[in-house]
Amino acid sequence: MAKVELTRHLYAFFPHLEGREIVVEASTLREVVSEVEKIAPGFSFYVCDERGRLRTHVNMFIGDERAQDRTNLSDPVGPESRVFIMQALSGG
Amino acid sequence: MSDRILVGTRKGTFIVEKSGGRWRPALAGHAGTGVNFVARDPGTGDLWALLGHGHWGAKVSRSRDQGKTWEDAAQVKYPDNARYIGMDFDDQGNPKEGAVRPATLLLLWVIGFGPSGRVYVGTIPGGLFASKDGGDSFELNRPLWNHESRGGDLFAGEPTSKNHWFGTPASTGEFAPGIHSIVVDPRNPDRVLVAISTAGVLETTDGGQSWRGANKGLLNDYLPNPAAEWGHDTHYMEICRGQPEHIWQQNHAGVFYSADSAATWKRVSAPDQGVHFGFPVAVDQEDGRTAWVVPGKSDQQRMAIDGALFVARTSDGGESWQPLREGLPQEGAHDVVLRHSLGNSGDLLAFGSTTGNLYVSENRGDSWRCVGNNLPPIYSVRFG
Repeated sequence: MAKVELTRHLYAFFPHLEGREIVVEASTLREVVSEVEKIAPGFSFYVCDERGRLRTHVNMFIGDERAQDRTNLSDPVGPESRVFIMQALSGG
Repeated sequence: MSDRILVGTRKGTFIVEKSGGRWRPALAGHAGTGVNFVARDPGTGDLWALLGHGHWGAKVSRSRDQGKTWEDAAQVKYPDNARYIGMDFDDQGNPKEGAVRPATLLLLWVIGFGPSGRVYVGTIPGGLFASKDGGDSFELNRPLWNHESRGGDLFAGEPTSKNHWFGTPASTGEFAPGIHSIVVDPRNPDRVLVAISTAGVLETTDGGQSWRGANKGLLNDYLPNPAAEWGHDTHYMEICRGQPEHIWQQNHAGVFYSADSAATWKRVSAPDQGVHFGFPVAVDQEDGRTAWVVPGKSDQQRMAIDGALFVARTSDGGESWQPLREGLPQEGAHDVVLRHSLGNSGDLLAFGSTTGNLYVSENRGDSWRCVGNNLPPIYSVRFG
């Protein structure tokens, strides 16, 4: 089961996730997003656009590695993976 | 009529109400988030806010308790295979027309309301989304999206006509067109007009099943043929609810007025009085010949003229204009007032600037009072 950790910004929109350990059965980042969507409806449209692409200013990491496939989110996720979803530092 | 002001800003939603003789702005939600437009559905009483999260995309937010709490509503999403003709750039950065690209929601720009649960949302890249259930679900209006003025039905295949919709700088990242004005005819809810930057005005009289251009009389001085059917840069369009054959628009190329339900437009600017360029227009709800604009200094500067902020009012269909300056700063003011940032209700008017200044008039613009100097940049001002 992969463990998913979110930027604090996302807890503002999904407060029921705060303080909760998120573990999902997933073999790709796409499946990670889909699994989190099940416990937080609307989540995937925050992280991805309508086409399923990772939003421009959002990053996903598997361990220390940044996601390579931002279009299809096909990067593999292992049972012991830690997946991080965070915003890029931008704006003002 | 309403005496409550809803304000969308770069950093949240504010509600301004009068108490103890003073208008007081209060943060009412979405702290830190860009709010492009806030309005009240007169049918349901719900408040709607169109959000632009910097990182997390555009979201529709609704309050059913008058702004005490907000929640994500049904989201506006472009359907699979929705495509549009955009503008690409070559390796040298030169614009290249004609690239067909998949549509994703870039910006929620305006929301409009009709009777019986009809809600409309205008977006960039140029989609009109309609709801028939009070906003519980939205669907792209395909006849407008597939209109021959923008290349035809790109769901079905390649373009079958030339694209006449250009882009707006208000789009972020891509140079795409946007719908910023939605007018529902109070006499006939199947008649809806929308205005697009940059294309012009389109009208339906059959509830959105078919659309046609309504740009006769508009002049775009920046085109080789100023009277071309398309390519007009309406900045904002508003209707008189009491006399709906009267429709106004502040256009990039001046103020235009129609007294025949947008069948024809007439330019009624008075450049010698500074009344020409600007973004918003407000129309009296009873008298269609009365309107207000907030003039700006030319399209090259887009700021208050000579450091002096004023509103101009006409009560004769634009034949003459009266500058209204009492209570407004007449030196050192460099505000710009965006297209949705002038609202009215009866004798009340309010406008806000990207400098975070908010002004209210209780006497149809004769005099003004500043009710906030330190608000975030203001994107919309509506009574409701």
